[in-house]
Amino acid sequence: MSKVQEGLLYSESHEWVRVEGPNAFIGISDFAQEEMGDITWVDIPDLDNVMKGEEFGALESVKASSDLYSPVTGTVSERNTDLEDAPELLNEDPYANWIIRVHMSDPSELEDLMDAAAYEAFIAK
Amino acid sequence: MKFYDSLSIELSRPGRKGYSLSGEWSSHMADIPASLCRESAPALPELSEVDVVRHYTNLSQMNFGVDTGFYPLGSCTMKYNPKINEEIASSSAIARLHPLQGPDTAPAAYEILDLTDKALQEITGMAGFTFKPCAGAHGELTGLMIMRTYHLSRGEEARTKVIVPDSAHGTNPASAAVCGLEVVVVKSGEDGLVDVESLRPLLGPDVAGMMMTNPNTLGLFEKNIEQIAALVHECGGLMYYDGANMNPLLGAVRPGDMGFDIMHLNLHKTFSTPHGGGGPGSGPVGVAAPLLPCLGVDSSGFHGNFTVIVKALSYIMMLGKENLALAGRLSTLNANYIKEELRDCYRLPIDSVCKHEFVFDGLINDGGSEGVHGATTLDVAKRLLDYGYHAPTIYFPLLFHQSLMIEPTETESKDTLDAFIAVMKKIAAEAAEDPAMLQGAPHNTPVSRPDETAAARNPILKWQDAVQ
Repeated sequence: MSKVQEGLLYSESHEWVRVEGPNAFIGISDFAQEEMGDITWVDIPDLDNVMKGEEFGALESVKASSDLYSPVTGTVSERNTDLEDAPELLNEDPYANWIIRVHMSDPSELEDLMDAAAYEAFIAK
Repeated sequence: MKFYDSLSIELSRPGRKGYSLSGEWSSHMADIPASLCRESAPALPELSEVDVVRHYTNLSQMNFGVDTGFYPLGSCTMKYNPKINEEIASSSAIARLHPLQGPDTAPAAYEILDLTDKALQEITGMAGFTFKPCAGAHGELTGLMIMRTYHLSRGEEARTKVIVPDSAHGTNPASAAVCGLEVVVVKSGEDGLVDVESLRPLLGPDVAGMMMTNPNTLGLFEKNIEQIAALVHECGGLMYYDGANMNPLLGAVRPGDMGFDIMHLNLHKTFSTPHGGGGPGSGPVGVAAPLLPCLGVDSSGFHGNFTVIVKALSYIMMLGKENLALAGRLSTLNANYIKEELRDCYRLPIDSVCKHEFVFDGLINDGGSEGVHGATTLDVAKRLLDYGYHAPTIYFPLLFHQSLMIEPTETESKDTLDAFIAVMKKIAAEAAEDPAMLQGAPHNTPVSRPDETAAARNPILKWQDAVQ
């Protein structure tokens, strides 16, 4: 059973968002890492801005490759490039390892995301 | 099997030689400008002739191919490759041709292309072929470029959507995306065939065409193909035939008659030329008459992998019309025979007569229980290696979770099929009794389960790193 962490918001493409003021930390859910299997490659391009619903990077595992979609619009203020050398961190603890930090330009977009309970029901389907 | 993993560089000893360049050669050294000469010798291995022969013979024994055993890899048509093909293709008249030679100096080579073109036209019902594409996916890209060129030539720039069934080979949507077209997926119905009602709403003035494999990747004949082709044509789209599964249709049905406008063949599959391990392939693209003016889109230089084309022609001429048709029918019979013999042990998700291949969805009894993991399709495939068989295609098509896709081809005798069936039944019994044993398989191969994660995360890409 995949873990769903309380206090985070979730997208239908299995990214999570942790909101700290105007900042959104974005990662992937435990369900996503379980579905992918051992992640072997993390690609986080050096983007200035991201748009809600658009790609901000990609993951590769022994089973699949999968694009990452930003749940919010804003300026990319930091990338967790440590993951590029240690992709296994996303398998070990997907909630402790965010991928990018975004300075949101439209925090109202967060209203479209699911809370932990809604996401738990979503992945149980 | 003797385990062998030496590198030639590890066997090297300074001064050991198998061959010396004669004095005559070294006298030419003086003609090479000093600026092009290297200052020190390259670090090549130094070996005697017997070292070299044993090294490569030992390496070759670590290999598995159709010449060593049964190779039921689904969607790959690993039929036996007759040695006469090799003999003809390696004759000096063919092997020493230069790719830049034209019809003036190599008329016979162009006659070979012409003969092959005519044979493939008759087999497929197309009006002409280009031989430039070097493999199936290359053919798909070329075919979609032809499709796009055709629409643009008629001023129909808005036709950018390519419809692909959810059972398609992954290369179909990939080729469409590489060609800059938009992929739209159409669902299969309960029977494993394209659902015509799901297709209708996707059709419109933005459709470039539809790509289909027939029989599809479940080995099932798309019996609504005429209706589908008519619907796609009605909206102005073109039909693309992925020829990967052409084998069972040889001499029975022609893609041109089913309503396809563009297609590729995998000569290396259907027409018995060696493949696997990435090549060499040949993916000629054929078109219907109205598209002949667009056949010239340039997707590569020269005439593709010429010797592969020669081998395919050799196969076609050796069998002739009647025996090619027999190849198609026997491949269908062989697949159905295995399917019916194994359906009590392996789950058959769609119960109907198949063509040249079929798909099981894992074991019926995987040996799993409370707290005990059952054996998966991967475990069955790994256990087959212990018994000396190449594994079938696994986890494709994506329609099922435990896909195990078997294609025997027509070149296998009933004895070979019976031996394979007995082993598959034995593996099913082993799984029911001791799934953990299967999870540790293979037990008898030189290498058991490679650590794919470690290999992907920390690949060793230089021999220097391997030796350390």
